[in-house]
Amino acid sequence: MVATAAATLGGGRSRPRRVLRAHAGTLGSGSVPVLFLAALFVYPVARLMLFSVEGGSLKHFERALLDGLHVRVFIDTLRIASLVTLLSFLLGYPVAYFLASAPRAWATAGLLFLIVPFWTSVLIRTYAWTVVLGRNGVINRSLIGLGVIEEPIAMLNNEIGVLVGMVHVLVPYMVFPIFSVMRRIDPSLAQAAEGLGASGWQSFSRVYFPLSLPGVLAGTTLVFILSVGFFITPAILGGGRVIMIAVLIERQVHEFSNWGFAAALSAVLLAASLAAYGALSLALRDRR
Amino acid sequence: MMATARRRPARRSRTWQPLLYAYCALVFAFLTAPMVVVAIVSFSSASYLVFPPPGFSLRWYARYLNDPIWIDATVRSFKVGLVATAISTVLGTLLAFSLVRGRYPGRAIIDRLSIAPLIVPSMVYSIAVYGLFASLRLIGSWPTIALAHAVHILPYVVLIVVAALKTFDVAQEQAAMGLGATRLGAILRVTLPQIRPALVSAAFLAFISSFDELVIAMFLGGAQMTLPKKMFDNIMTEIDPTIAAVSVLQIVLVAIALGLASRFGAGVKPVA
Repeated sequence: MVATAAATLGGGRSRPRRVLRAHAGTLGSGSVPVLFLAALFVYPVARLMLFSVEGGSLKHFERALLDGLHVRVFIDTLRIASLVTLLSFLLGYPVAYFLASAPRAWATAGLLFLIVPFWTSVLIRTYAWTVVLGRNGVINRSLIGLGVIEEPIAMLNNEIGVLVGMVHVLVPYMVFPIFSVMRRIDPSLAQAAEGLGASGWQSFSRVYFPLSLPGVLAGTTLVFILSVGFFITPAILGGGRVIMIAVLIERQVHEFSNWGFAAALSAVLLAASLAAYGALSLALRDRR
Repeated sequence: MMATARRRPARRSRTWQPLLYAYCALVFAFLTAPMVVVAIVSFSSASYLVFPPPGFSLRWYARYLNDPIWIDATVRSFKVGLVATAISTVLGTLLAFSLVRGRYPGRAIIDRLSIAPLIVPSMVYSIAVYGLFASLRLIGSWPTIALAHAVHILPYVVLIVVAALKTFDVAQEQAAMGLGATRLGAILRVTLPQIRPALVSAAFLAFISSFDELVIAMFLGGAQMTLPKKMFDNIMTEIDPTIAAVSVLQIVLVAIALGLASRFGAGVKPVA
């Protein structure tokens, strides 16, 4: 296919033709997937975005961004996403450090503990948390059995459950980028700082941590983007009481067939994700 | 790869290293404990969800295997996953070649486009493609799910194959062509076999991503449920442990696939 594309496009005599022929194969091989993406990705997304301004009015955006109820959903979504990102960082950074610095056998074992949940379906993991956190779940039963509490603590159908479930899914996405940066940090740099009189904390905060920052930026951005658009976990563990933006969009389409409004919400969500991604690209470019 | 990176001075390690190890042990427990609980529940003899189970049985596995709705959903997910993997692996590899070797105007845009499905939130893409297929009256047939999944997983394939092609020495391909091979022949006989580990990893990642995907399948499937859709409905409505048995079977399946992929592919590591 590559060769035939080169043959049909190339076949030339003059110099520009020859240049074209040299790259015709690559152009040809790229054209099929690009057409595929244009038809099944760019077109439907652009079509959806047009719905949000149907009739040339901004009423859907007004409703999305000014109506108190919906503003709350945005604020809740941003708050939950930020908390999830922070918690994933607090859990993930030390783990990444462990993987990068522990003796090999330990690190391999640790990696396994990350990879197995990572490859397990989000649905399964979310279901698992309903078993653990429920009214009659593992935690409540154990605590009651031990006499610590008398009434079960509500951990499902509220933000606690959503946070726990989302952090559980997203920690690996924080660890892997940080780990891949830490693996390339020369440990003798921190040692040199200490040899020059820095305390352990100083050598970490002034030398090691800044060196690991590109990984931290990538990890936090990735986790933030994923959590802003999260659906499964809030839908199941939030029990209808924690409404994140993806849950709201799903309802607008499924229950109300309100395409214009769903499209406006999607546009806002998309803009937030692109902004986070753009900020990351800029930050990483500046560091190079 | 990790063997050279060696530790800090012993003087400090003594004080905080045990703390770090203990903290990480807690994080690892947090990550695995829920799945252990699910595994135990799946062997429960009770007819409702209770932990610890009063006794053990295989009834929930039997229930899954004997329920045509569960089996239908599973078979459908396999079909969707295989077709989506085939499409995305072929198209992703073509695109990767074009991105690594090509020097044409607009390549930077195509580069961005190829990873865009990763950045667009899956709910946004799901309703976008739902709108498109609904207008074409194509809701409720599994091939449309496979097509949308192929879009969704294409970036993974492109990222993995691009990385592999960048480290591949083009001189080998040129040598083959110098010895009389056509360009296509050189690519098929020399290049592809050498990047096979990357192709296997990419295909593996693509299949699992499709097999686990809920939101696109929920919108496009209609009455034709995939396994994740059936699981989602079950979690939302019933509280019997069938889903725990399904979960264990799925984890075992992924473990087997991981084992196969690491035999035939490069060590499969998640791309992040």
